[in-house]
Amino acid sequence: MEASVRLRCEADLTGLAGYNFAYLDEQTKRMIRRALLKAVAIPGYQVPFASREMPLPYGWGTGGIQVTASIIGPEDTLKVIDQGADDTTNAVSIRRFFARTAGVATTEDTEAASIIQTRHRVPETRLREDQILVYQVPQPEPLRLMEPRESETRTMHALEEYGSMYVKLYEDVTRHGRIATAYSYPVRVEGRYVMSPSPIPKFDNPKLTKAPMLQLFGAGREKRIYAVPPYTEVRSLDFEDYPFSVEGWDEPCALCGATDTYLDEIVTDDHGGRMFVCSDSNHCARRRAAAGEEA
Amino acid sequence: MYVAVKGGEAAITSAHELLAEARRGDPAEPELSLAQIGGQLTLAVDRVMTEGSVYDRELAALAIKQARGDLVEAVFLLRAYRTTLPRLVASLPLDTSAMLVRRRISAVFKDLPGGQVLGPTFDYTHRLLDFDLARPDGQRPPANEPEPPATTDDQPVAPMARVADILGREGLLQPETEADPCAEVGDITRDPLTYPAGRDVRLQSLARADEGFLLALGYSTQRGFGKNHPFAGEIRMGEVEVQIVPEELGFAVSIGSLTLTECEMVNQFKGGKSLPPQFTRGYGLSFGESERKAMSMALVDRALRCRELGESPGAPAQDEEFVLSHADSVEASGFVQHLKLPHYVDFQAELVMVRDMRRKFESRETSGEENGSERETALRG
Amino acid sequence: MSAAARALPVPDAGPLLCARGLTKSFGAQPALEGVSFDLWPGEVLGVVGESGSGKTTLLNILATHLAPDAGRVSYDWPERGLVDVHALAEAEKRRLLRSHWGFVHQNPRDGLRMNVSAGANVGEKLMALGLRHYGKLRARAEEWLGKVEIGPERLDDLPATYSGGMQQRLQIARNLVTEPRLVFMDEPTGGLDVSVQARLLDLLRKLVAELGLAVVIVTHDLAVARLLADRLMVMRCGRVVESGLTDQVLDDPHHPYTQLLVSSILQA
Repeated sequence: MEASVRLRCEADLTGLAGYNFAYLDEQTKRMIRRALLKAVAIPGYQVPFASREMPLPYGWGTGGIQVTASIIGPEDTLKVIDQGADDTTNAVSIRRFFARTAGVATTEDTEAASIIQTRHRVPETRLREDQILVYQVPQPEPLRLMEPRESETRTMHALEEYGSMYVKLYEDVTRHGRIATAYSYPVRVEGRYVMSPSPIPKFDNPKLTKAPMLQLFGAGREKRIYAVPPYTEVRSLDFEDYPFSVEGWDEPCALCGATDTYLDEIVTDDHGGRMFVCSDSNHCARRRAAAGEEA
Repeated sequence: MYVAVKGGEAAITSAHELLAEARRGDPAEPELSLAQIGGQLTLAVDRVMTEGSVYDRELAALAIKQARGDLVEAVFLLRAYRTTLPRLVASLPLDTSAMLVRRRISAVFKDLPGGQVLGPTFDYTHRLLDFDLARPDGQRPPANEPEPPATTDDQPVAPMARVADILGREGLLQPETEADPCAEVGDITRDPLTYPAGRDVRLQSLARADEGFLLALGYSTQRGFGKNHPFAGEIRMGEVEVQIVPEELGFAVSIGSLTLTECEMVNQFKGGKSLPPQFTRGYGLSFGESERKAMSMALVDRALRCRELGESPGAPAQDEEFVLSHADSVEASGFVQHLKLPHYVDFQAELVMVRDMRRKFESRETSGEENGSERETALRG
Repeated sequence: MSAAARALPVPDAGPLLCARGLTKSFGAQPALEGVSFDLWPGEVLGVVGESGSGKTTLLNILATHLAPDAGRVSYDWPERGLVDVHALAEAEKRRLLRSHWGFVHQNPRDGLRMNVSAGANVGEKLMALGLRHYGKLRARAEEWLGKVEIGPERLDDLPATYSGGMQQRLQIARNLVTEPRLVFMDEPTGGLDVSVQARLLDLLRKLVAELGLAVVIVTHDLAVARLLADRLMVMRCGRVVESGLTDQVLDDPHHPYTQLLVSSILQA
């Protein structure tokens, strides 16, 4: 909470004269909101939209930023994470961007946020119906692996031709005895569209299904928006005899002792020393704080 | 009576005079000094040194000035100068793990020994035009963001272990093949490139290759045309010592240092019949702070290793001959622009032929229509 | 022994495929003019002629790769009756190509995924049809490799490691695994050397008979036509100049062009 107050003051001091609230003009926001409505109406379908040039480079979250800019209001509280953490450089940069251009409150507290923009992770804390999770997506097309041409992949989606996705899984099992996709693990949404969950680790895939929060996905460079509405079924592709499964670690988080979270590997020296800590820094901090109170 | 056009010499002299005038611009403005170019257009200088393959900031600045800021032209000038230089000695391989690091980032670990060092990067700037910069130094308001604490300038940084070595220790990263000490390293400036090219000459070609071309090719691999799942294992920039072994001494002596940017991409690889699953790498190296170039080079290097790793080639970036034959901006710019040279002899020959073919086409068109209507009548009948 | 010597399947309903008045030109160049024929279930129709005779254009129109300028191709879709295949919606067209039909390209590289294993190549159509069990997919792939005389030890190899003849047999397995009713073949033995060709022809003959496949095979090689086809169509300059039972056409050619073809090639 303290953090959010401080950041709001910073925003007031450095507010960006000459630009609209949250950078984008209102016409553009309406265009993006129309694309978002369509995306929500057709879960998992990639809606083309007229992505704008943003003052951050393509591939660094321009899609997520445009989505956030289109849905954010002065009353919102924004959290931005990258790799699960609030203090990663790109997360800091994007948070500052909104603090500057929209003057909104920002927070690191997952529960206090009304909008969470993320790159590569879904928070460990279960989100609520009144929260929106905005994913930054570098490559929205899950079929791209098998087919580089957009004209063909759009036809494949239209006709539900998803055999080639299973060719990839078949090859994995043949070569490695298991499905060897660790992130960007493709899913099927409500039994219809095959969708990329963005490059989150497959560990996070189960958090997408039947989830209370609205999930919006923005790909700026590729000019696509898609969505998973609340309580929508999201299934990870697999074989009946090689069902989807998630990774685990042999040791708990070195900081909070959690055994059910996604862990980062920290190299501590150049003689092979390493430790494992929660990738979701806010979740880890709250667990430690709670443990401290109990003790 | 018609007199054929002559006077090429006078025309060329006049063109050169106009060029000199255009280069100088408004004489009321002070002329650019090489020190200004070398000190303030540093990234332009870095690019020209890299693609010109001469490490000399002053010469590169001169080339940029002379080329009116056209970097491809400046590369050309520098190359044409380089080719006249004697080759005195080959240095020892550079040891980039002993680099005095000014920037070092790894995208594959959150933290690692030596830490993430951002250095002077555009990365997290917001691309908003800074109108304060339009005013001269003295008239600018003070920046309201606090200056970041000084880093490497006054405190020496201990050599940092390379991420490749950290991964390599576990056998997770395919080792680079040990260089055969007896084997000569190829030199594309002395011997013509032949295909298939060895990795040494391939990397040389890529190091000199046009940044824009490599950028586009590297990008195409990310978008699915030759996908190889890259991670930026490590990007480091800083100073590296150059050592040579003079014959008369028999031991290594340092002759100076270079600013270099090195990029090691770590790429997914599922293994094959004779290789275990492990990560493979693509390698990029450039003079100065040419980071975009080093990254693109690493992506394309990895794409070109497809055959060696048993991947079936198919995408443009995986086609060695396509990539290496078209990557050099001096070659490409020369040949594209040669179209400005007179070609009227050949064109005349084409004209005669096309006119003749058109005449034949027109006469067939007339008779063909009659045939067509005959056929229709026959079908109806 | 000729193909005609085996018992012809007796059609109990109508023809499987009807072509009527197929016409196509490329620019001013007519490629096909008014070609019509019926293909019966289980029948092998050979289309012969020199290059430029229009036989490949015909095949591409039949398989819906090309649309005709005029004319119509109808297919007897079970429980639906004759449908105009060029009028089908894209989704239905793809379903037809995926489950009812097959297409064997002259160059196996055009019909295979070269960067995935033989097993995945054979299994792809099954996966497209919804089979989601790795063990079953693998077993079916192995079974089909066996049918085209490729050992189970090659199941996980990339097609690039196969010889040309093996690649062609793999392509055939990939097509037949869904047990289609009709397969189009474009010079399936072209580009293979003679001994390999003979083995492939033998195999094709066996599979066609076992599965009761209907086939339209395009070839410039009359020997291939004699071995495989029940009936022949001889094409020249986009028109059918002669057609009939294979032995009849080859042993007693009526049209001067057919006579020329037979005399120039078939003196073995």
